Amino acid sequence: MKLLSGNEAIARGAWEAGVKVATAYPGTPSTEILENIARHYPEIYVEWAPNEKVALEVGIGASLGGARTLVVMKHVGVNVAADPLVTLAYTGVNAGLVLVSADDPGMHSSQNEQDNRFYARFAQIPLFEPADSREAKDFLRIAFEVSEAFDIPVMLRTSTRVAHSKSLVREEEPVTPLKRPYQKDFAKYVMVPANARNRHRALEDRREKLRALAEQTPVNRVDEGDRRVGIITSGISYCYVKEVFPWASVLKLGLSHPFPAGLVRTFAGRVENLFVVEELEPFLEEQVAAAGIAVRGKDLIPRTGELTPAVIARALQQDPSVAAVAREHGTAFPTEPEDQPLPLRPPVLCPGCPHRGLFYVLNKLKLNVMGDIGCYTLGGLPPLSAMDTCICMGAGVGMAHGMAKADPESAAKTVAVIGDSTFVHSGITGLIDIVYNRGVSTVIIADNRTTAMTGHQDHPGTGWTARREPTRALDFVKLARAIGVSRVSVVDPADLAATRRAISRALKAPAPAVVVASRPCVLLARPAPNPVPTDPGACKGCKLCLGLGCPALSLPDKRIEINPHLCVGCGLCTQVCRHGAIGKAGGSDA
Amino acid sequence: MRDVTGILIAGVGGQGIILAGKLAAQAAILGGMDVKTSEIHGMAQRGGSVVTHVRFGPKVFAPVIDSGGADFLLAFEKLEGLRNLKFLRPGGTVILNDQVIEPLPVLLGKATYPADVVEQIGARFPLLVINALAEAEGCGDTRTANVVLLGALAHRLPFPRSVWEEALRAVVPARFLELNRRAFARGFEIAASKQPRLRQK
Ligand SMILES: Cc1ncc(C[n+]2csc(CCOP(=O)(O)OP(=O)(O)O)c2C)c(N)n1
Repeated sequence: MKLLSGNEAIARGAWEAGVKVATAYPGTPSTEILENIARHYPEIYVEWAPNEKVALEVGIGASLGGARTLVVMKHVGVNVAADPLVTLAYTGVNAGLVLVSADDPGMHSSQNEQDNRFYARFAQIPLFEPADSREAKDFLRIAFEVSEAFDIPVMLRTSTRVAHSKSLVREEEPVTPLKRPYQKDFAKYVMVPANARNRHRALEDRREKLRALAEQTPVNRVDEGDRRVGIITSGISYCYVKEVFPWASVLKLGLSHPFPAGLVRTFAGRVENLFVVEELEPFLEEQVAAAGIAVRGKDLIPRTGELTPAVIARALQQDPSVAAVAREHGTAFPTEPEDQPLPLRPPVLCPGCPHRGLFYVLNKLKLNVMGDIGCYTLGGLPPLSAMDTCICMGAGVGMAHGMAKADPESAAKTVAVIGDSTFVHSGITGLIDIVYNRGVSTVIIADNRTTAMTGHQDHPGTGWTARREPTRALDFVKLARAIGVSRVSVVDPADLAATRRAISRALKAPAPAVVVASRPCVLLARPAPNPVPTDPGACKGCKLCLGLGCPALSLPDKRIEINPHLCVGCGLCTQVCRHGAIGKAGGSDA
Repeated sequence: MRDVTGILIAGVGGQGIILAGKLAAQAAILGGMDVKTSEIHGMAQRGGSVVTHVRFGPKVFAPVIDSGGADFLLAFEKLEGLRNLKFLRPGGTVILNDQVIEPLPVLLGKATYPADVVEQIGARFPLLVINALAEAEGCGDTRTANVVLLGALAHRLPFPRSVWEEALRAVVPARFLELNRRAFARGFEIAASKQPRLRQK
């Protein structure tokens, strides 16, 4: 037995299931799945796709080509991949295809907490919800079998507490799936209306067969217990329910779509009081209620944020029948202690982060900044406070253009800022739109040569593949020129004056402009501390340097102090100080 | 579940919390227990507050510890120790690294770092304070502060030294093993010499 995270277990499970192709775009909490496959299983072809839609499309091709294929993304990635996904349900697959959707209830590292179980229902594909690492691996193997047996893509939905929790897993030998060479099939794979109508009907047939499977599969099972309280649950919520109410009767749904109405009805008939415990939306509960079965759930349990055992205990305790039975079983209902007011510790840009100089300049220029998602989103927090919006990957580029169209005068003081990985993901089409529709907006690419936020994955701009093979690097300058942007400049964001000049110049021209703010992420080089020298006697306590929001810098007793363990000598504070109190670090190029 | 032990490891992104959690979990496995852990990846790792949960016992369901559910709080930073105190059950033990990492709001002068962390914690829970950075430096590398703290925790857990030795070998890369062994032994020794005390107000 081995202690594996849900993500490590899925990587292992892919190998055991005979997967030959794995594609993904990084996104917390899904990222380590592809990383682990790349590291441990050389038999599997892996790639970081430029975005989730491409990842799925590559996956579809691989499935048709005969390889069992794993496609991995975070929950919001499925929004991007939704177009191919929904039609793929019509065509079906050749070799098995499983899409892992890693949801993030509580938004540990996301911009929303959408419940992707609805995607399975929307696309009408089977949905597996593992509760821990062992199930993640076991269900993945079953998911591939189901995908091939029913000719349909399958969704395996995890959440942060499944993906990033570790539990014991028994490793097994890999299987060798049957060979499935590609066969042309116009009626099945070309979704012109005449064919698509047939395939939609075929999808309905498959749904009924899958429903029959959900009724009798062993991954949907009952834990017999006190029949006065019956709980239907799935995924991580099962672990919490067992923690709080180990005595209750539980119907655990591992294959939760198609909804096994018969199984639920039988269970409901055997228990006195029925509850559904699920994170986020009442996905199961509404289907129980729609089957005409009396049930409680979201009238007690929060619909937002993560559940925990205590949250579930406190919620269900409001129901008198649960409270009475729980008392008999000696269940404790802890009250949540008040949080003591303490200074917060928000995440911050690292000392030496190349984004800091860019956002310092944006702040000084008092611009409207249509932002985006990545480490650089931290540039929106005080004191840099230089990002006005963050919606989804790629959004800022289109938004800057839209704002300029709404109010042409605003164009001269509005920029889009987008990271390099994000630009490749979905900023390029926005830039094409600006040029095509006679826009004048300025787009700044915060190019730190990596996908930093999710743990430094390579992308098409870095020149390296997911397995660190050298490849051709996308050239942002040439790309922007080819799109038709005539004003393209490259600047080092560690040079504040030059960055300011480049952005001001770009904004002055009534034409589309791209500024590539280029400097590698400081964590890529992992530099040793290299503190800048200070002259506290010269410090006037003016606090100008604090505007950089650098965690290596403070003014205790109104005098500059540099943390020698944190400072890497990037030299931004040297440039900001007007009193000569901060010098240049030895050996630094700033 | 009464027979499950909960360890909450709290600190600041980048302090080596995940490795400490791995070692504790590995020891529990080698000690014949069921184990679950939960970690935070992504955004918060950029200098934010982070926690790792470790739970072990004959059978573990939830990978997370609720407030009042931890037997041990291993705090790598003082403010994070205070912040996560609510996770301890009454009578739970705190092992506190005597290190201050001022968060940005404090550096900017917008918030004040609490002055009396050790007193506040000591008044409520058995407390062992260790200057892990200094101890780690003494062992040869400040980066082993996490293993010094883990060594101290190990002294309070029901696993024999041989199990910890095996856990270190399983988790730590060979070239750092000797260094980490020293750090672990130092933490263990400190904890052995100081039984936790309940401070008087
Ligand atoms: C559709 C979608 N996919 C993935 C993510 C997760 N994610 C957020 S930002 C980001 C990329 C960040 O890289 P980059 O743009 O290079 O900025 P950096 O973090 O390096 O500053 C990723 C993968 C997401 N939020 N949405």
